[in-house]
Amino acid sequence: MAKEKPGTLEIKTFATHHVITPPNPLRKVLRRIPPDIDHDDPVARAEQALADLSGEFKQWMTIEADRLSAAHAIVLRHGFSHETREELFRAAHDIKGDAATFGFPSAGAAAESLCRIIEHAPELDQVPPELITHHINAIQAIVRERTKLDTAVMASALSRQLRGIADEFLLKVNRDRPEHLEAILAPSIAPAE
Amino acid sequence: MYRIDFNKLRFLICDDNPHMRRILRTLLHSFGAREVYEAEDGATALEMYTHYVPDIVITDWSMPIFDGLELAQMIRQPESNANPYAPIIMLTAHSEKRRVTVARDAGVTEFLAKPISAKGLYQRILNVVANPRPFIKTKTYFGPDRRRNTSATYIGPERRVGGEMEVMQQPSLLDKARSSI
Repeated sequence: MAKEKPGTLEIKTFATHHVITPPNPLRKVLRRIPPDIDHDDPVARAEQALADLSGEFKQWMTIEADRLSAAHAIVLRHGFSHETREELFRAAHDIKGDAATFGFPSAGAAAESLCRIIEHAPELDQVPPELITHHINAIQAIVRERTKLDTAVMASALSRQLRGIADEFLLKVNRDRPEHLEAILAPSIAPAE
Repeated sequence: MYRIDFNKLRFLICDDNPHMRRILRTLLHSFGAREVYEAEDGATALEMYTHYVPDIVITDWSMPIFDGLELAQMIRQPESNANPYAPIIMLTAHSEKRRVTVARDAGVTEFLAKPISAKGLYQRILNVVANPRPFIKTKTYFGPDRRRNTSATYIGPERRVGGEMEVMQQPSLLDKARSSI
């Protein structure tokens, strides 16, 4: 193997593929620091910055939940089309990804359950409308009622129950669709709380 | 122990959700980054990628019209005038293993499932800076080596075949891209 020269690509050519080693210009931003003199903790600094931002999270979560309700209202008015499905999915998907960061993990869990319905139901028009409505109402309730101390346990139980009902529905309607069944039953790779 | 001089790194973040962009910007700035460019869709991100030549791209997957997966595929064009080798971190609410495989096959360097954490993001950035993988180019793939580890116990057929033929040195596309702006 030829020695890497700065600013050059090294390309090794094989019968079926090339192995390309580009120069790593990012290496110069790495500093080695003895642990005993390293008092800087960028992760702790970032966590503190997030905590400083947390005063805005409730408002952000309300905006996200209202966006979901607006997308659902359009579905109720016009039915499912490619556009209305995509907007409902994206709104739920954003809540799935953001809610735990904003301090609403149960809303995230309910949104994940809704995403699974949208993604894996063979015909969205055949999904019982109340199943979707219950998910959206639950997310709204979790976001609006968070300030009450007794709601955390209830929110968690509610999202678990919704997930159970949604999974039961999805397993039934996908019994002849093995690739969907596999995806429905696969464990999540999302970091645990 | 290694630390990163974030103030020497240029980031491009792409997410259609303004709240997530704000979170990302906050995290990167508190790590020490100064140059953080933001795009709210894949098409704008691609334009900014060519213009600003970021060191690291952090992108959402699910976005309207031109999503993060397509962005990764557009960046990983070996003949492109822009740098096709920049690390791409896919930050997404998709949390199924099959999604990781699809992202990997599109040339994504690291996958980070939401909810985001400061630690998770820092570790992915440290990994792309300190442990870059060589790129593989085949008829159907161009991107970071998808084999992170070699298994001594693997006994199946070898999909990559052929002895070493030649080693060529070429001018860096990255330098070319940087000098063109």
